[in-house]
Amino acid sequence: MDSEQKKPIADRLWDFLASVKLAIVIFAFIAVTSIIGTVLEQQGDPRENIQILAKLFGESLAPALYSVAEALGFTDMYRSWWFTGLLIIFAVNLVICSIDRLPRIWKIIREPMGPLPKEQLRTLPLSREMTVKAKLDATKDALSSALKKARLHATGLKDADGFSFFAQSGKYSRLGVFMTHFSILVIMIGAVIGVRFGFKAFLNLPEGAISNVAFSGNDRDIPLGFDIRCDNFRVDFWGASDMPKEYRSWLTIIKDGKEVMRKSIAVNEPLTFEGVTFYQSSYGIVPGSLGQGMFIFNVVSKDGSRSTVNLKMGDSVRIPGTSVSATIVDFSPALRFDQHGHPMTYANQMVNPAALMEFSENGANSFRGWVLMRRPETWQLRDGSRVEFLDYWGVEFTGLQVRKDPGVWIVYVGCIAMSIGLIIAFFMSHRRLWIKLVEEKNATRVIVGGIANKNRAAFERKIDGLLSALRKQIEGGK
Amino acid sequence: MDSSLFFGLSTMAYILAMMLYIAYVAFRKSPIGLMATAVTVSGLVLQTAAIVLRWKEFADLSGLGFFHSAPLTNLYESLIFFVWCLILGYLVVEFKFKNRSFGAFVTPIAGLVLAFIDLAGVSKEIQPLVPALKSNWLLVHVTMSFIAYAAFSISFSTGIMYLIVKTEKRTEPAYIFWTVTFGLFAILLIAMGLDFFSFKVKVRPEIFVHNYLFRSSFLHPSATVKIVSYLTAFLLLICVWRFGGVLKRVIANFNIHADVLDEITYKSIAVGFPIFTLGGLVFGAIWADQAWGRYWSWDPKETWSLITWFIYAFYLHGRMIRGWRGRKVAIVSVIGFMAVMFTYLGVNLLLSGLHAYGSK
Repeated sequence: MDSEQKKPIADRLWDFLASVKLAIVIFAFIAVTSIIGTVLEQQGDPRENIQILAKLFGESLAPALYSVAEALGFTDMYRSWWFTGLLIIFAVNLVICSIDRLPRIWKIIREPMGPLPKEQLRTLPLSREMTVKAKLDATKDALSSALKKARLHATGLKDADGFSFFAQSGKYSRLGVFMTHFSILVIMIGAVIGVRFGFKAFLNLPEGAISNVAFSGNDRDIPLGFDIRCDNFRVDFWGASDMPKEYRSWLTIIKDGKEVMRKSIAVNEPLTFEGVTFYQSSYGIVPGSLGQGMFIFNVVSKDGSRSTVNLKMGDSVRIPGTSVSATIVDFSPALRFDQHGHPMTYANQMVNPAALMEFSENGANSFRGWVLMRRPETWQLRDGSRVEFLDYWGVEFTGLQVRKDPGVWIVYVGCIAMSIGLIIAFFMSHRRLWIKLVEEKNATRVIVGGIANKNRAAFERKIDGLLSALRKQIEGGK
Repeated sequence: MDSSLFFGLSTMAYILAMMLYIAYVAFRKSPIGLMATAVTVSGLVLQTAAIVLRWKEFADLSGLGFFHSAPLTNLYESLIFFVWCLILGYLVVEFKFKNRSFGAFVTPIAGLVLAFIDLAGVSKEIQPLVPALKSNWLLVHVTMSFIAYAAFSISFSTGIMYLIVKTEKRTEPAYIFWTVTFGLFAILLIAMGLDFFSFKVKVRPEIFVHNYLFRSSFLHPSATVKIVSYLTAFLLLICVWRFGGVLKRVIANFNIHADVLDEITYKSIAVGFPIFTLGGLVFGAIWADQAWGRYWSWDPKETWSLITWFIYAFYLHGRMIRGWRGRKVAIVSVIGFMAVMFTYLGVNLLLSGLHAYGSK
């Protein structure tokens, strides 16, 4: 107690920052505050959060609790100063506790092994003793071969009252825990670099449009340093349902006026150019553009000759080999017929695009019909020719998540280091073994002592296996 | 041949095994124990067949190929896989430690999960995959997470057993802690059992409720039944607290040394923790980075995984460096498992987030 008091303040601060107690308190703090952060919607609508609080604590308390939570930063807590502070203390604790412990561990690793007196062997955590009916030399030889069979590289030494063996394995496994701690720091450094030197933004790019900027949350333009163009966007659905199976954008990167890269992206298949990565994240219809798009049809005549045409709303095309011309008069992004058979649009997304077409022969005999992109059976005309609806282009935008994160590789390196560190820390152990042979009358006393810093039971089994092998060899050889 | 038939059979086998293990612990007749193990093993075989069949059904339906068609894409499939890992892990422990009594503490978790599937109206349909789940990471991330969850479940069971064996006085906090946890667990199991019998056995088509969970007890339409349920639950807690010593004697009869329980708890966490770190957190982060461009976004699922991670890190530091043994760390292992359950189910059912597709 006294010596604690007399320590200079710097030492006491060091001890405090290196202590496991601090680590445990920090773990608890991060965990408990994080729980609050998962209950309250982060950066969410205040009304929603007041509702959540009202459900938990009652209507009367909710508004007051909300102002307290907001003042303390709980509505955007993972970016609040105090949560960052907790993470910094966590990092400092990791560094200092590692620095504090490393010299001691390093000393254990570097310490050369030597023989121990038999009194000391008996006090070790693992100790065994037995007598074998054989001379010292015979026992020594048998033990030496048993050790080799057990893959223990032991050193043998002759000493005053007999013979000594000692062996150790896995001494560097003691560093696994440092590797794990260090990797957490590496991950944190990578994250900081990502936040400091990278950006997170989004870009809604209509088909056919080009952009050289992305937009961050607070409507700030972030120059990309190159142009990106969306050539096409397409959604595939599961069977006849409206559940998207895959959505894909065909993108082109243009740098200094030259097309340098073309790639299609989908969820889980991003595109990276000059450190900027584009992720497929959402899609939708550009507001006000619904009638402005380009219909892409394949017109196939009775005898099979086909031509691709691009049409705008109101345009006409002549079906080859006939005098029939088709005019696009209406469009629905999601066509359905209600119970009276009237056409209606049931969604704001292009889930079932359909064009209403008017067919007429020299201005007479006209009739109208819906041609649906997802229903090839609606492409067939009465006279055997076909209007294949391939795409309605220029109406949808692709929602891209845009990110630059120069720190992500450091994070990954940290993750790999952490995995290796944990495997070393949990599945490997530092084992030390001493065996002393003492000559007795027509027999040899075998005294064994061992230390394992982890998984002592397995080491115990190994030692027992070694001793029974030794006994078998000696008694079997007789 | 249909996977659902095999799933149904394996569910019945596990519920039967649960009853047999409990009977074995209560009556200590070794034929019952042998039967319990046999039933569990056959349940596992049936369930493995069911999973393989469902995998094939899914691959045929989606046309995505083998590796993208792992049946791990919704809550139902993940619950089934969790039970599979748990039972396999348990059988390994039973075989290694040559003791069947843990079964009475592990199989009820499986029973609870399987009852939950039916009662909470978890959809069993094979559902089309949302684009975010179409990734090579699905298989590794989910498989490793659930292996870790199963390891943590075992540590929970042995942790509770340790507390049962090691506590003496009814007033000590560790005793109160385990009786309350154990009591709540038993209440959950009984309430689900009641739901099961009142809604599944007696098919009552006039009541069309999708979610049966607690409808026959705590969420019963009649106020009287509700009050009686809460009162009974409270009385049950008191009973467990008052007669917890009986349970202690039952376990003591099996000659399991408390140190063995402590060791199994530690070992399951020592296996679960690195797997959870690598498969759950690291691979999850890599996948999120690929799908959404953010390796970490503090969404509730991620945050709760981190909380779970911190609790087990706390356990390991307490045990390895502070030298805590026994009661203190056993309590932490029990709390850790509660965090696991919340990460797994609570987040999906109660909180929103990017993992919302796991909710139905």
